[in-house]
Amino acid sequence: MNIHKIAIHLNQLEDKTETGFNFDCTPIDGEIDVLQVDVIGREEIPIFLSISDNQILCIAYLWGEDEVKEDLRTNMMEAMLEINITMPLSSFAKIGNKYVIFGALSIHSRLEDIELEIITLSDNSLEVISAMDSYLN
Amino acid sequence: MSIFKKIISALRGGAREAGEAIIDANSTRIFEQEIRDSEKHIILAKRNLTEVMAKQMQTARELAQLQQSIKEHEGYALQALDQGNETLAIEVAEKISELETSHSEQQQANESYLKNAQRLKDLIKKSDRQLMDYKRQLSMIKTTESVQKATSAITDNFTASNSKLLNAKDSLERIKAKQALFDDQLKAAEQLESEDTDQSLKNKLKEAGIGEKTSSAQSILDRLKTK
Repeated sequence: MNIHKIAIHLNQLEDKTETGFNFDCTPIDGEIDVLQVDVIGREEIPIFLSISDNQILCIAYLWGEDEVKEDLRTNMMEAMLEINITMPLSSFAKIGNKYVIFGALSIHSRLEDIELEIITLSDNSLEVISAMDSYLN
Repeated sequence: MSIFKKIISALRGGAREAGEAIIDANSTRIFEQEIRDSEKHIILAKRNLTEVMAKQMQTARELAQLQQSIKEHEGYALQALDQGNETLAIEVAEKISELETSHSEQQQANESYLKNAQRLKDLIKKSDRQLMDYKRQLSMIKTTESVQKATSAITDNFTASNSKLLNAKDSLERIKAKQALFDDQLKAAEQLESEDTDQSLKNKLKEAGIGEKTSSAQSILDRLKTK
């Protein structure tokens, strides 16, 4: 599996999609291949997909440390841990000073599974931001 | 678990500067070398194990043959004694003694092969576990590195294109607004469509002379006359 195969699959979906969404994929240059997947209508929260030796990682950036209400930081983290298992296919994580949700898939996943993962991640990210907005500035 | 600790302290200890590796390339190389070494050891040990097991089976076969032979000769010696042929009996007894000596030699060899085989089996099991552990640790290092590289590629890309990731709440608002707009458009389109169907039905009825009739000048005049 490589990001170009995934990009081609997602870009050509149009009416053939089973998830009801369309995608716009752009590869990002860098030391390793990263694919930026924009879900049409949700371009503000793109999904970033990268492939390592044994897994495909899909990441959505939620908010930065600077957006968190300082006095509620611990409560927010507890809430995140508490809903982590409930959240389908995705988990919370932190990269640098950014809170993210991510999903990891086997390198042997089918393109349809990857599509479902991306949509679920996108749905989850919207859901999480709206559920957590009381902790955010 | 040492590798987890390493990763945590690297992440917390400010190794986040762009371009700075979480785990230095050297220790990744060392890990990869250790994995290759473990794999080599396992292959070698498995080859040795096959040899040792083959030899053990061979000695086991020889042991059985010797035992059979001893039994036979014991029979011969008894028969010679029965015939009162002491000299022959002694000769056979000497042969039995020879056979017993090599039996005990083979027995020792067999035991040593068995022990050796068990030792190699344990070694292989241990190396397999070690190998799995190294592979798991290497995958942790590689994933950490890969996430770091992906992050720096994403950050660079946003900086280069002069755009930046929006504030979470703003993003959500915008997406919701877009969704609402889309829903409104859909509703409007549906409404238009239904109005169209309404209108066309009315037209058809009118053509058929059914329903409301437009008042003509003549009908108005008729109405006035009746007053």
